[in-house]
Amino acid sequence: MTTSNELTKPVSEARKALGYLTGQLRQVGLFLALIVIVLFFQITTHGITLRPINVSNLVIQNSYILILAIGMVMVIIAGHIDLSVGSVVAFVGAMAGVMITEWHIAWPIAIVLCLIIGALVGAWQGFWIAYFRIPAFIVTLAGMLVFRGAAQIALQNQQISPFPEAFRRLGSGFLPSFGTSGYEPLTLILGAVASIVLLFGSLRQRSVRHKYGLESEPLWYFILKLVFAVFLIVYMAFLLASYSGTPIVLVILGVLIVVYAAVMARSVFGRHVYAIGGNLNAAALSGVKTKRVTFLLFVNMGVISALAGLVFTAQLNLASPSAGSGFELDAIAAVFIGGAAVTGGIGTVTGAIIGGLIIGLLNNGMSILGVGTEYQSLIKGLVLLAAVAFDVYNKRRNGGR
Amino acid sequence: MTTNILEMQGITKTFPGVKALQNVSLGVKRGHVHAICGENGAGKSTLMKVLSGVYPAGSFDGQIVFEDAQVDFKNINDSEAAGVVIIHQELALSPYLSIAENIFLGNEQQTNGWIDWNKTNLEAAKLLARVGLKDNPITKITDIGVGKQQLVEIAKALSKRVKLLILDEPTAALNDEDSAHLLELIKQLQSQGITSIIISHKLNEIKAIADAVTIIRDGRTIETLDMHADEISEERIIKGMVGRDLESRYPDHNPTIGEELLRVEHWNVFHPIDLSRQIITDAAISVRAGEIVGIAGLMGAGRTELAMSIFGKSYGVKISGKVFKRGVEIDTSTVPKAIRHGIAYATEDRKRYGLNLIDDITRNTSGSALGKLAGMFGFVDGHKEATIAGQYLKSLNIKAPSVDSITGKLSGGNQQKVVLSKWMYADPDVLILDEPTRGIDVGAKYEIYTIINRLADEGKGVIMISSELPELLGVCDRIYTLAEGRVTADVPRSQATAEFLMQHMTKEREKSASDHV
Repeated sequence: MTTSNELTKPVSEARKALGYLTGQLRQVGLFLALIVIVLFFQITTHGITLRPINVSNLVIQNSYILILAIGMVMVIIAGHIDLSVGSVVAFVGAMAGVMITEWHIAWPIAIVLCLIIGALVGAWQGFWIAYFRIPAFIVTLAGMLVFRGAAQIALQNQQISPFPEAFRRLGSGFLPSFGTSGYEPLTLILGAVASIVLLFGSLRQRSVRHKYGLESEPLWYFILKLVFAVFLIVYMAFLLASYSGTPIVLVILGVLIVVYAAVMARSVFGRHVYAIGGNLNAAALSGVKTKRVTFLLFVNMGVISALAGLVFTAQLNLASPSAGSGFELDAIAAVFIGGAAVTGGIGTVTGAIIGGLIIGLLNNGMSILGVGTEYQSLIKGLVLLAAVAFDVYNKRRNGGR
Repeated sequence: MTTNILEMQGITKTFPGVKALQNVSLGVKRGHVHAICGENGAGKSTLMKVLSGVYPAGSFDGQIVFEDAQVDFKNINDSEAAGVVIIHQELALSPYLSIAENIFLGNEQQTNGWIDWNKTNLEAAKLLARVGLKDNPITKITDIGVGKQQLVEIAKALSKRVKLLILDEPTAALNDEDSAHLLELIKQLQSQGITSIIISHKLNEIKAIADAVTIIRDGRTIETLDMHADEISEERIIKGMVGRDLESRYPDHNPTIGEELLRVEHWNVFHPIDLSRQIITDAAISVRAGEIVGIAGLMGAGRTELAMSIFGKSYGVKISGKVFKRGVEIDTSTVPKAIRHGIAYATEDRKRYGLNLIDDITRNTSGSALGKLAGMFGFVDGHKEATIAGQYLKSLNIKAPSVDSITGKLSGGNQQKVVLSKWMYADPDVLILDEPTRGIDVGAKYEIYTIINRLADEGKGVIMISSELPELLGVCDRIYTLAEGRVTADVPRSQATAEFLMQHMTKEREKSASDHV
């Protein structure tokens, strides 16, 4: 009896572990997909993908899509959509161009004004969606046309360039460097600080859960996840440190991710967004101010679009009437690859970021490999479909009856 | 002796981790009305899905013999071709299509791919006549009531030359009058040789029309009772369903009634779309601390509309009237305001209005009182939140693996308990409970009644809306009756009888107007 028990014990432990993993399939699967894609390109590009300069470029070139994805995932969780973000990027870029180069407004003030413009754009759309109850699809489709037109009018169908050096750093600059050669110290310090914050934060979270007698994820999974995350941060830090240091957009992006992930996971506002997307009627009858939340959500999306517009304009050193076309689709694709539900109520900021990274990696890797844009588009489309199909399949399997 | 039209033997159906049916057998005699009873989650619906091919042959063990031949239905089309038609609890009609179009949906009356409208409407009219509906076949489904929609479903089944009709909770959404009509129709169909299987929670209906009852509990057949041979009481069926005698269906309760908490006066509400229709007319109700007040009324009497219009004007337009809390007039014009004034409304439709079904128990429980959990900067204390949800899980005896369970996967009774915990955590002074036991099995109902009593004992005022008169008589201290948007009676429990209530629930407008003079 005892021997058979001892024999079956590790087996059942392993089964339990496997069971937990399959329960977390979406989360784990997304990470695995990201790793597989990285490894695939690392091998096929003969190591170019993970070269410091490429990683640095990857972050910089995808930053605006990732920024947009943060706002978009919130909108989609609430059961809406925003098709106008690409046009808003162009409009805000145009306004930045006009303000800085024609009106000669100091760039920091121009940035603030541009963010306010973004908020007003969002308020305009949010008003029609939340208080006038026109579906977001329609309102933002109209917005897509309106703000594209507004961008063209503002620029009088011309391009504006160049921008002041200081403004351009917003898109393509790096944090000041201390080192002279080898690894850039500030980046390493930032990496170390981020790792330590993550470590202590996770440990504290776990101990508090334990104190309240709540069930936590298994210890092995917790440790594995933490080790992996710290490894990623440290590895990224070393890669970036061996090139030019930390891109400024990475800092912006990092702050946005941390703040919005916390807002969505833990703030009352975030909860209300999930509640609205999960069941609008139930949320309203629970005392959630659904209209106000929806309105604020679009104001937020407007500000985020404006920020993405500033970053994009700064990076290209160019305000163009055709800027940002198709950005809305990349951002929406990132959100759905990241596990959000079309019907609302489901999705995470980190998921959307990983979804955005997957798209960015595909763009980057296929460009290095010399794959034509026609095939790039085709492959990205299939990846989006596969990701959502996997989601649907997974849900059905878990759904039981 | 009649022979069996249907013989299901040794049916076992497993879902990942759950044995939903274990070796279930069911024999249904030709021309019988056969009832299936069991608590929620007992496996009734699963059994019917096995029978109708929703779960295809091969996905379960055991065999099905229909009309003396073994059948392997691969989908619903197979079973319908054989004459087995299931009408689900949630009606499957397309709202903007006409009655006739719905009846022949998927079975269009056509020639060479073009719809023959004359034939469609003519055949539909014939079928409607058979179910006793006089409406024009070109009427849109949205324009007829739920009761008539149910009849259209049956007409649709008849169009498929049904031999065995399966009805899943057919009267759950119907008022007493429509229910009676439906049961009458089932009997008529029986006389035309159509066998029916009816799943129902309503034991009086089963007693009224069933020839035999099969009781299912925990995925097993418990027994089949012949309703003609034995004198079968409702208590006898309940005993089979729950596996124990319910000493009483309603817990004893001695109320301690205090001051008046809430009073509504001269309440008028109009229909949100048809502005000329007055839904509530000059209604006045009140509730005192520790008191359980019932609202009785037939469907369409305006019970839910009354409650929801008081709760933050969630229903209706042109609302007028006054609401007093402890004698002071209060503003309840929005849901947040109503909640701030200590009013809670737990909906009759948990799935549509009560719960976020894709989220877990914790977040549903905290849903209407997140402010209580939020610290600085509006962040929610997730640990405290989960602890509180855990406390309700325990104290309300919610059967779920943990507070992380998704509410959409719980049974109706447990979902209702989550709705209750949500409002209990909001800690209101007055709770309006709209059909708190709808679609819940007998055992869970008793627990809900106990919770309601406990709330009253804590000094809260409870207003309970219910379609089941025995329930109102068993639980409430005082009962209002509502008819056509007017309060027609206000009686203490001691003076109320089912007959008295029904009489006032059916009072017509002219008559009640003359009464008031």
